[in-house]
Amino acid sequence: MVHQHFRLVSPFTVAENVVLGDHRGVGRSFVVRPRAIEARVEELSHRYGLAVAPRARIWQLSVGEQQRVEILKALYQDARILILDEPTAVLTPQEAGALFETIRAMAADGRTIIFISHKLHEVMAVADRVTVLRRGQSVATVPAAGATPRSLASLMVGHEIEAGRRQDGGSEPGAAVLELEEVWADGDRGVAALRDVSLTVCAGEIVGVAGVAGNGQRELAETIVGMRPATAGKVRVGGRGVRNGDPRAAIGAGVAYVPEDRLGTGVAPGLSVASNVVLKAYRKPQVSLGPMLRMRRIRELAERVIERYDVRTSGPNVPAWQLSGGNLQKVVLAREFSGEPVALVAAAPTRGLDVAGIETVHSYLRDAAARGVAVLLISEDLDEILMLADRIAVMYEGAIAGERDARVATVEEIGLLMAGGD
Amino acid sequence: MRIERRLRQPWWLTVVVPVLSIAVAFILSAFVLLLTGHPPLRSFHRLFDAAFTGNGALSETIVSATPLIFTGLAAAVAFRMNLFNIGGEGQLFAGAITGTTVGLLLADSPSPLIFAAMIAAGAAGGALLAAIPGILRAFFSTNEIITSLMLNYVVALVLEYLIFDSHSYLRDTSGFEASVFPQGKTLPEEATWSSWTIHGVVLPLGFVLAIAVAVLVWVLYSRTRFGFEVQVIGDSPRAGRYAGMRTRRKIVAVMCLSGAIAGLGGASQTGDFRHQLDPRGLRAANYGYTGIVVAALARYNPFAVVLVALLLGGLQNAGFTLQGADFPAGLVGVMQGLILFCALGGELFVRYRVRFAW
Repeated sequence: MVHQHFRLVSPFTVAENVVLGDHRGVGRSFVVRPRAIEARVEELSHRYGLAVAPRARIWQLSVGEQQRVEILKALYQDARILILDEPTAVLTPQEAGALFETIRAMAADGRTIIFISHKLHEVMAVADRVTVLRRGQSVATVPAAGATPRSLASLMVGHEIEAGRRQDGGSEPGAAVLELEEVWADGDRGVAALRDVSLTVCAGEIVGVAGVAGNGQRELAETIVGMRPATAGKVRVGGRGVRNGDPRAAIGAGVAYVPEDRLGTGVAPGLSVASNVVLKAYRKPQVSLGPMLRMRRIRELAERVIERYDVRTSGPNVPAWQLSGGNLQKVVLAREFSGEPVALVAAAPTRGLDVAGIETVHSYLRDAAARGVAVLLISEDLDEILMLADRIAVMYEGAIAGERDARVATVEEIGLLMAGGD
Repeated sequence: MRIERRLRQPWWLTVVVPVLSIAVAFILSAFVLLLTGHPPLRSFHRLFDAAFTGNGALSETIVSATPLIFTGLAAAVAFRMNLFNIGGEGQLFAGAITGTTVGLLLADSPSPLIFAAMIAAGAAGGALLAAIPGILRAFFSTNEIITSLMLNYVVALVLEYLIFDSHSYLRDTSGFEASVFPQGKTLPEEATWSSWTIHGVVLPLGFVLAIAVAVLVWVLYSRTRFGFEVQVIGDSPRAGRYAGMRTRRKIVAVMCLSGAIAGLGGASQTGDFRHQLDPRGLRAANYGYTGIVVAALARYNPFAVVLVALLLGGLQNAGFTLQGADFPAGLVGVMQGLILFCALGGELFVRYRVRFAW
């Protein structure tokens, strides 16, 4: 198994990492002799084109080289079946090309390789057979030779449930509220994760951002709300530029944010429900008097939210981490709506919720739009987007691959955009 | 046997567990006392007498406890935000240096002015020193544990230098004796901090100040926007950023606050008790490090800091009083160790519960 996130000991050398998982050969003895396996590592890396120096330390290596070490580890133990989980996600195109060479060499050697990827062209380039998974189910297995991007894309997104499609024509969208103009931003690894994104959301409109996970959706949300500085371009709310990389400025401009990572970002898990309800509002005069907080008002506000949003908890003093996912999300939504936002960025707002919870979140989003809030809904669930959105923007590799009117767009069309086909 | 995290922590646990921990510590101490041939109950009685009830014992205990309240609060204030300021020791020294300097400079001014200036200077000295690791942490992600700890040694050496290795303003160079045995200049009478005697117990200004700071810290952390931000950032820096809090500024502010409180402790040392800059005495006392223990035992609660400091101060004081031919000083040390061990170990039972299953 080659994990998407590497499992390497960074101060150790390549050879030492390779010997780590070795319980049969030289690794069995009490005394570690990494020198003994250097020759073998050298030979393997030569044979499969996995260029890496056995004595180099992991922290000195590039991401691509580290991945080679992971593969070497598997090969050293003579793995017959290799599972590569999104191996190209961290690679440059050149490195990906080299990886494909290695994969073919390993296959030619009689090994079985399971290559997990979101990217259609890669799958078509390297695989013999393609299995499509949707919602944990295997949908179809087809020979790669006979497949086209279009046929795979339609298998990936499935056939839509016509009843789920948004029926009403939607209200006429109002003035542009949230505007992105040629925005660029870096991802956590320092490479561009947003590439020249331009997007407009009008008052009362729900714009869905579809796309396979990891194509810049998280970075898009974070850039809009100021948690990630844009390296170029402009974010405007209500026609006025928002200070780059300043969450407080975005909040002040009326941008609410339901983050994808509820427990890690959306709440302070160790603090009470009441504290989390006023996580943003604590600066406002309704709950504070100069530097002092009005504790009774905070308590009352929390009790009102608990009642109105039907949060199941034994009281406002319960720490947030004890709440279930659905109830936690209610707290987040309640807080974000209570700020009377003009724009709402909702990232994967229904992830991990049960059916009732999903229903509730959906109705809140619809209500918000009906009240004239500009809603940007980022979701990997295409059905959800089709159900709620007026307009759909598809993200692929950090850029907007296309925009469609949700009432007329076909699922196949969007699936193809998501998979990078055209 | 399994240890698992408690889903809910009943409030009474936070009272029962420490009390039981101390009880266990005394039972263990009783064994040690028996083994060394001291009647446990009588020894405990003597100990308690020497710490609290004896003639003048409580006043002495307050003298020992006052600096521990300051350094304990200093640690608690920073630790609440997961900011590990280990530099209370150095910040206390810095406050002693600045406080003493101002006290000497203003020798001819009226007392209240001198007190106020010494308090302000002590706080400023500690805050300035703590700002260094604070700024490094906030803007360069430097580990504040290391930087604040290292500064302790730097300031300790400055302290020595001022009195032993230079002819600084703070050193007494008046007579022959002073040049043979280097010591700090003595503060004038006007700069000796006031104290009040209530029912025979002496309450020095520093102690009153320490209690006031404890109350202020409690208000600050539980009733103000500043405290709310500290709580959020301490719990989840990402959530703080998400909520638009200025995380970096807060780190610097909290470090300065922490340093200022420790610095007050330093000013109080010369103003209240020592009346001169006393490097050897200050260094030997280890107030800064003991303050960390005080804060941990008090679970960072400012009022509990006061109580714990009084308890530890009392033990220390009893140790001085009792030590002699029939009662070795080491025994009191053993008891202190047992109390700390049990109290910190007991913490486990507040947050976790032990389940027996087989």
